[in-house]
Amino acid sequence: MIRLENINKFYHTRRGARQILNSVNLSIEHGDKIGILGRNGAGKSTLIRIISGAEQPSDGRVHRGMSASWPIAYTGAFQSALTGIDNLRFICRIYGVDPKSRIDFVQQFSDLGEYLYEPINTYSAGMRARLGFAVSMSIEFDCFLIDEVVSVGDSRFHEKCRVELFEKRADRALVIVSHDAGYIREHCTRAAVLVQGQLHNFDEIDQAFEFYESSMR
Amino acid sequence: MAADSTFASLRAAWPIQRRVLGALLMREVLTRYGRHNIGFLWLFVEPMLFTLGVTALWSLTGASHGTSLPIVSFALTGYSSVLLWRNMPSRSIGAVKPNLSLMYHRQVKVLDILLARLMLEGAGATISFTVLSLIFISIEWIQPPEDLLLVIAGWAILAWFGISLALLLAALAERSEIVDKLWHPAAYLIFPLSGAAFLVEILPKNAQDFLLYVPMVHCTEMIRDGYFGSKFHAHYTPSYPIVINAVLTLLALAQLRKVSREVIPE
Repeated sequence: MIRLENINKFYHTRRGARQILNSVNLSIEHGDKIGILGRNGAGKSTLIRIISGAEQPSDGRVHRGMSASWPIAYTGAFQSALTGIDNLRFICRIYGVDPKSRIDFVQQFSDLGEYLYEPINTYSAGMRARLGFAVSMSIEFDCFLIDEVVSVGDSRFHEKCRVELFEKRADRALVIVSHDAGYIREHCTRAAVLVQGQLHNFDEIDQAFEFYESSMR
Repeated sequence: MAADSTFASLRAAWPIQRRVLGALLMREVLTRYGRHNIGFLWLFVEPMLFTLGVTALWSLTGASHGTSLPIVSFALTGYSSVLLWRNMPSRSIGAVKPNLSLMYHRQVKVLDILLARLMLEGAGATISFTVLSLIFISIEWIQPPEDLLLVIAGWAILAWFGISLALLLAALAERSEIVDKLWHPAAYLIFPLSGAAFLVEILPKNAQDFLLYVPMVHCTEMIRDGYFGSKFHAHYTPSYPIVINAVLTLLALAQLRKVSREVIPE
């Protein structure tokens, strides 16, 4: 399991310290499907980066008892001056996976064709999302952390993501950050709402939505 | 990481550390040199061209003094040393920003990114020095080093100096842009004081006392003592640059710890 205990996070801005997360607690068990709702700038991405370990909390503890992916988003995690294939090789190397064994899968899933051999900064947002998702599915994790990325792209991409994530990897834990309420309702078994730095956990997904709706007003 | 002992967790961390550094090295070579023309050979061809140019200049101007000093060896050791300690900080300052996207991966740390660049820089300077030495020796422009181990020791201490200075400046540069602005003039001004273009022996006594506070002077003297020590009287104390290096390394690691807690992947 992954457990966050009393996480506080401050960012230093020109006008002093700004608190992004305020004593956040969250526990993710094997196979959990958790949706995190919050408006723009609520700190969802910061939270997911802290879960993954890419960012350190200002104080509090993160206990990581299972492997967690990097935050799968449509920006970041890739070097945009390098080609898709070089990025795949880099990521395979740091996670200790043989890159050759993954090229076919990534090529097939991402549908990038010749573009796989072009620098990422020539890609459209949809192409980046396809590559990002394909590469992340090439490395096995106990828990996948998904920051919006599945909600972009066309229906063909959505269908492929659904098969890879919810059918082939149904046993894995998932944390999905989104403001697409429908997507979270469809795929998550519980949800949490991030408002003003505080994370409100709910067992029932409907309660979470009610709270989210009222916090928007 | 939950491990029974520090040793066990260190042993578990080592393969990850090696994988990450290896991957970062490959990536660094690709982004810096690409796959065009001679590619990564630029790593040492570039410093070689610098050293060749300076050696040619110094040989031409130095020849008129009519000294008994082996001027080619003098220029080669001097300028190679400058490249070693000066390029490391230059390549490390601001190295974090272009790599922020890679920090999405938990195992990639600020220190790894800097170490990968420093390893490349150190390898480039070392290969350039070695290849030029071998070429000059084979065409008999210079004599082989009199004490190779002493050359290697001096070179290693100087490399350590470059690495620790680079790590400290890179960490400080993350907190303030002034570091980047000041480094370039500072590097330019320190160059004549670093021992590359003089021997301590030929200076007046009070200048000697002052210059021996500069750690690079000790290393350069040491390298030259190993190369052509019988031709001049070298002045150096190996323990002095070593102590300076240790202090710099400690300060650098402390600063880096602070920086890596605050870095935000992009």
